[in-house]
This record gives sequence, C-alpha cells and structure tokens, in this order.
Amino acid sequence: MGITVESPSRRGLLKTGAALTLSFALPLATTRAALAQAASAPASNTFAPNAWLRITPDGKVTVVCGSAEMGQGVLTAIPMMVAEELDADWALVSVEQAPASAAYNNPMFGMQATGGSTTVRAHWTPVRQAGAAARQMLVAAAAQQWGVDAASLRTERGQVIGPNGRQLGYGALVEAAAKQAVPEKPVLKDRKDFRIMGKPTRRLDSAAKINGTAKFGIDAHVEGMLVAVMARAPIAGAKPKAFDEGKAKAIKGVRKVIAIPSGVAVLADGYWAAKQGRDALGIEWDLGAHADLSTDKVSATLDEALQNPSAIARETGNVKDGSANSARSLTAQYDVPYLAHACMEPLNCLAWVRGDEVTIWAGTQSQGPAQGILSQVAQVTPAKVKVNTLLLGGGFGRRFAPDFTIDATLLSKLSGSPVKLVYTREDDMAAGYYRPTSRVRFEAGLDDKGQPLMLRAEVASPSIMAASGFMKIPDSGVDAMAVEGLADHPYEIPHQRVAYGRAEPGPQVWFWRSVGHSQNAFFIESFIDELAHAAKADPLKYRLALLEKHPRARGVLLLAAEKAGWSRALPKGRHRGIAVAESFGTWVAEVAEVSVSKDGAIKVHRVTAAVDCGQTVNPQTIARQIEGAVVYGLSAALYGRITFKDGKVEQSNFHDYPVLRLNEMPKVDVHIVQSSEAPGGIGEPGTPPIAPAVANAIFAATGKRLRQLPFDGEALKRA
Amino acid sequence: MSISMTVNGKAVTLDADPQMPLLWALREDLQLTGTKFGCGMALCGACTVHLDGQPVRACQTPLEAAAGKKITTIEGVAATPTGRAVQKAWLKIDVPQCGYCQSGQIMSACALLAGKKKPTDADIDGAMSGNVCRCGTYNQIRAAIHDASATLAKGG
Repeated sequence: MGITVESPSRRGLLKTGAALTLSFALPLATTRAALAQAASAPASNTFAPNAWLRITPDGKVTVVCGSAEMGQGVLTAIPMMVAEELDADWALVSVEQAPASAAYNNPMFGMQATGGSTTVRAHWTPVRQAGAAARQMLVAAAAQQWGVDAASLRTERGQVIGPNGRQLGYGALVEAAAKQAVPEKPVLKDRKDFRIMGKPTRRLDSAAKINGTAKFGIDAHVEGMLVAVMARAPIAGAKPKAFDEGKAKAIKGVRKVIAIPSGVAVLADGYWAAKQGRDALGIEWDLGAHADLSTDKVSATLDEALQNPSAIARETGNVKDGSANSARSLTAQYDVPYLAHACMEPLNCLAWVRGDEVTIWAGTQSQGPAQGILSQVAQVTPAKVKVNTLLLGGGFGRRFAPDFTIDATLLSKLSGSPVKLVYTREDDMAAGYYRPTSRVRFEAGLDDKGQPLMLRAEVASPSIMAASGFMKIPDSGVDAMAVEGLADHPYEIPHQRVAYGRAEPGPQVWFWRSVGHSQNAFFIESFIDELAHAAKADPLKYRLALLEKHPRARGVLLLAAEKAGWSRALPKGRHRGIAVAESFGTWVAEVAEVSVSKDGAIKVHRVTAAVDCGQTVNPQTIARQIEGAVVYGLSAALYGRITFKDGKVEQSNFHDYPVLRLNEMPKVDVHIVQSSEAPGGIGEPGTPPIAPAVANAIFAATGKRLRQLPFDGEALKRA
Repeated sequence: MSISMTVNGKAVTLDADPQMPLLWALREDLQLTGTKFGCGMALCGACTVHLDGQPVRACQTPLEAAAGKKITTIEGVAATPTGRAVQKAWLKIDVPQCGYCQSGQIMSACALLAGKKKPTDADIDGAMSGNVCRCGTYNQIRAAIHDASATLAKGG
C-alpha cells in the first residue's frame, strides 16, 4: 500500500488530514459480468463469440487485445494466437485495444495489467481457446448448412472446407455461427499444424507508427481540455512551502493553479503556457525527512543494512563447513545505482471527471487497477471508470505505476475540466519510481582445483514489494525482487547462503525492465567470472561444469558461444565476455565483443545472444525484443545513474542521463532455440546478461574487474 | 501575434506566442500530433521536422523562426519521393517497436537522404545520432536507410 491521497476538497488539499488510502483494488465486476459486457451488443451481423474477437460478413477478423502495447509487440502476438486457432486468413486480421474489463484479466496477475513479460505466457491457453471456440462454431454452422457431419470438415485461411471441395468463407457464416453453442472445451491445435505462430511476422501497428497517425497517450485530445504541468515534490514526503500563484496566472493562457498532494499544477490552454506558468510559480519546498538525502547517505544506508542482513533467501548446505573446507576464498562487493526508466514519451494522462463518471485516455500498463484506484480518487464506483488505453511510448515498468493517472484525475475533478497532465522530461526524470540501488557482498570458497564449495551473498536494497501497493514482504523478510536471479541462480555449489537486508534510503522504487534480475545477473555473472579466472579456467567451460543439471542454461550458453565464435581468436584489441541468466521463464546467454581504448573508452562492437523462451509466437518480435533489451541494459551499464544531493535528484534530461545512441550501437545477432517447452516471457529477459557480459569482456581486455555500474572508464585508463 | 507559414503544403496563420516552440503549434494548434515531444532541449530528436527542407528540432525552434517558412512534418513527408522511399523501407524492415521516436527518426533520415543519395554508415552515424530510441531499433533504422537509398537509386 504505497499511495495516500488526501481528500480532494477544493482549497485545503494540503492542509486537511482526511487521508484516503488507495490500494490496487480490482474492479468489482465479476469476470462473468465483464465477459458479457465486453462481448455485448455487437452488430447483429457480427460474430463475436467472446471478448477476444469478432468477425464481420466481409470476413474481416478483429482481435481485441487486453494488454497494453509498449513496443513489445502484443498487438501482433495476441492476434497471431487467436488467428492460429481460428485458422484465419492473416491478411484479414486487424487488432484493436480492449477497454478495461475483467474479461481481459491477465491470468498470472488476476487483474488486467501488462508487465512481468507475461502477456504471451499468461494468455497462452485462454486466448488460443477463444480462437478455437470461434473456429468450432464456424465449422458447426457450415456443417448445419451443408447437412454434413462437422467432423468431415476442416478449415484453412478463413474458409471452412467440405469433403468434396466445397468452401464457405467465415464471413458468409457469421450469422449462423453466432447461433451455435459455445464449446466448453475448445480443442487446440497440435504444434505441427501451426501456420501463423512460430513464423516471423510483421507488426500490425507499424504503418500507423510510420505515417504519424499512431495515437499515444500524449496525443489524446478532447474539446475544452486544459493542459497541466506540475511542480512536483522533488522527493517523497516534500511539501510546498511557498509559491506565487499570481505570477503563474499572469502568463497568457494560464487558467488555474491547483495544489494537490504531489505538488502544484498549473492548468492552461496549452502546454507552453502551462509550463511557463509552472516555471513562474517559484515554488519553494519543505523537503521533509529526506532534505539531506545524498548519494553518500544512500551508500551509508546500504552499509547499515549489510551489518545484519537477517532475512534468509537461500540456505543450502552449511556455509561455515564450506568455508572451513575451502583451499582459498574470494570476496567482492558489487554496486548498482538507482535508475530512471526514461521512456521516450514523458508521462502523461488525459482525465475527465464528469459527475459520477471518470474517463481517462492514457498509455498505462495497469488498466484494471486504474479502475479501482481512480474510482477512489474521484469517489465513484469502479464500473464508472472508463480506461481508454492508447499506445505507450515505452513502458519498461514505469507505466505500471498509477501516479500520473491519479494526478490527472484529481486535477480534472478539482478543476471541473478535462485535464491532460503532461510531464516535462525533467519532471519525468525527477518523478521517482526508480530501479532500486543495490549492494551485494560476496564470499566464495574454492577447493584446490578452483571449484566453488561455498558461496555467500549478502544483499542490501530497498523493497519494491513494499513500495508496490499491491504486494507485501512475506514473513521471511525477503523481498523476492531484491534477490531474484541471485537466490535462485542455477550454479551447483554445495554450500550457499543468500541473505537480504532491507535498506530504505527514501526514493520511491519501482519495477524497471527485468526488475531484480537487472542487477542480480550483473552481480552473480560477474562474480562467477571472477571465480573462473581465479581457477584459471575458461569462463564458458567453468560455467558449463557447474550447470550439469540445467540443460536450458547450457543450451543457450553453448549456442551463443558457438555463434560468437568463442573458441576462435579475435582481432587484436577485441575481447569477449559471456553471461547467462534465466528470468521470466526464459533463458538468455549473451557474448559481448568489446574493446577498451587507452583513455578508458569502452566500445561494444557486437553482441551475440541465444534465447530459449520455449515455444514461440513471433520470432521477429523475440529477436527485436532481445536486441532492444540489450540496448536498454547497455545504456544502464555504460551511463545510467540517478544520484541525489541535498534531497534532490541530480539528473534532469538526456544530457546528464545519457542513453545509447545509434553511433554506439553494436551489431546484435539473436539465435532462438527451437523448443517445445512452455512459452517464457520475452520483453525483459534480454536485459540481465548484457552488463555482466560486457564487464567480463572488459576484464578480458584490461585485467580490471569493474564491480560497479555504470562502468567507470576512468578506472580503465592506461598510462 | 499572428504568424503565417506553410505546413505540409497548406498556408496556415496562427495567433500565438512567437517564442512558443514550433512543436506545440504543430501538436496543439494544428493537431499534427505525429511530431513528438521527447525532451524539450533538442537532445532526443523526437520532434524533428523540416524547415525549408532542413531538419530542425521543433521543441527548440521558436514559432517566429518558422514565419514565412515551409514546414514538413511526418504527416506530409510522403509528398516527396524520398519520403515515400523512406516510409516504404521503414515498413519493409518493420522498424518500429513502441514507435514514439519513429516520426523523428524518419524525418532525420529523409533529410539525410535528400542531401546524400548514398549515405555511408559514417554518414548515418552523423545524421542519426541526435535521435534517441529507447527500444533499441538503431540497427533496423540503419538497414532501412540503406534500403531507401537503394530504392531511390533505382528511381524510386
């Protein structure tokens, strides 16, 4: 439970105490009611057997996607899954975004939300069943029309085909199909019969993204809306001490100045007036408890938590015995900073509170929770909250948070106008919700052959579970996200202990592409590399020997190594590093080919990735997501850091929070393991291995072990 | 203050603050929302448009600097053979992921190809490194520019 909004009375918002506690409450509608609602009232000549699709007499199939599109390709993957089982003609398939409705609940979350690389995994069966049910009903309709047994019919590319070559297109069958009973257990295809899934397929949303017509949240517009830009609390707990409302209102176009718990908003006819008004507020803050927050203080808080990391995340064997029997030991400390998501599209939301109804237009990853949360903000029933999900100009977890939809809704309620809240880039960068900082201390004991007998890891990090508003730290005291990828790393080491110490320096933390794996893969995969070098072993072979019970880990390691030419010599000055990680049900190994110049500049020339995500839907998307996740992780490894001074974030825009640019882009090859395993996630698993793969390559190049992100080029300078 | 210019071939006159960035005139006054807001400091290229054929960052171009000029946005870029070739290549390579930066990427790519029919990788680095893509579509962007260049060499 992280969000507290005070009672939205017009003036005294900052003063009144009546706190309204919000939770990620689910909409109250039952699944059954929601299913009926979502599939309700299609045109009489439309076949809409469930919430996921409809077919019109022209044979066109519209798939309704309940997940948010943030680049990860769900607006293509979900239609492919439906179309496969429907046996649709792919050329006649289009997609539209679903409303917020329990009919589209993500079965892995129990709410309609997009994150955790779950869309394909969570909907793997129900979405295909939706297509299969429709296909069976179309077949039954044709059988009835022809007076034959349905079992004698087959389907292909939008046609039902009879025994003697007779054909009926799906369009011609829509009315009759709608009268058929909905099958209770639709039969799914055998994998060998897939025609659409598993084939590289172009995105359905590309054309609109190329000609300027694609609508993102920030493009939402209704007549009479005001645009809001806010002076937002620079750190959690800060309150405005003084601001000059008059100066803001003196700007032409400024209509209102409204204080809400998260800051002071200037509402104007357009963005420019609102921003000038906001800048004119001259707001002074009482920074509260975190007024002296600094990066040094963050570090001290982590050290304090490491004095007694009492929550045990993994206990295998007995580390004391392991230590006693070791021939030698290694210790190391690794660190990562807070990170901003820095989506290309700054946060925004258009909200319109009218009487007892709320409508929002937003790029949000949590459409379902938005209903529950905004109903509490506006004090209406959840069913009266309408969520129009527009495209997300990047999400990376940031748009799972409800802060921007809450503020827009409050501002609409208080102003009486539709309000589009737009964050400046600087607002977005300073608005919190960061990937947590984390520090780990490792100790390993090796036998006389260099094989690890013992591994101890102590982690200090803020808790995302506690910050999330919908999860709780379990009784064990272990924040699962702080240790994921570390507590469950696959290496066979007889004596192991992973302990967690919660450290809360102050900044709001949140999910960031691959969450805890984003740092923990860097930690464990760098340290394993240290052990390999201590054992004077090849880092690939050393890993393989410790992974005998993990064929999928071995599989991606061997494939990436083979494709990267691991055993072949590189041109002078080039060096390789390798890393592997499982996250979100998917195994990824990456080999980075790196050079380091005399002045310490790191250049990543090439990345070879192998991915085992089980059965695939769209291999093109898989390859692009892995490549994109590599870029996201490289930006963090080379540049990413959010630091604090005097209670404020020091970074503001892309000049001081640099990200990878085209001239720095490595070649990326992605190789997909053919597999019949259950599908894994794909949006995030490419990120974790890249930082350690590069760190390990830097060690190969320089003999220097960089144990902190972002990489410090200064440390690599050679005299 | 009244400011006149030509946007995608149409004459328009706006009554607006001459210091307001061109970006907001396009997005809000003219509802040409294909041009995106990314950083407000000419650091990311999401707002790239053409001003008399030259690529500019609309977030740092005061409206008065556009007075009397010809502006082309993503919505109008298909009017030229270069624009059509670039959009076709973008579709063929299927470049976008989230898509938010792609209008700006395409406008920068069109400006590059208008000046240099057969750009080298170094030319592409030079022309395109001001455009940020957080999804990491850079290799596809490079491939699409080479593809558009080949199309243009064949006469479109």
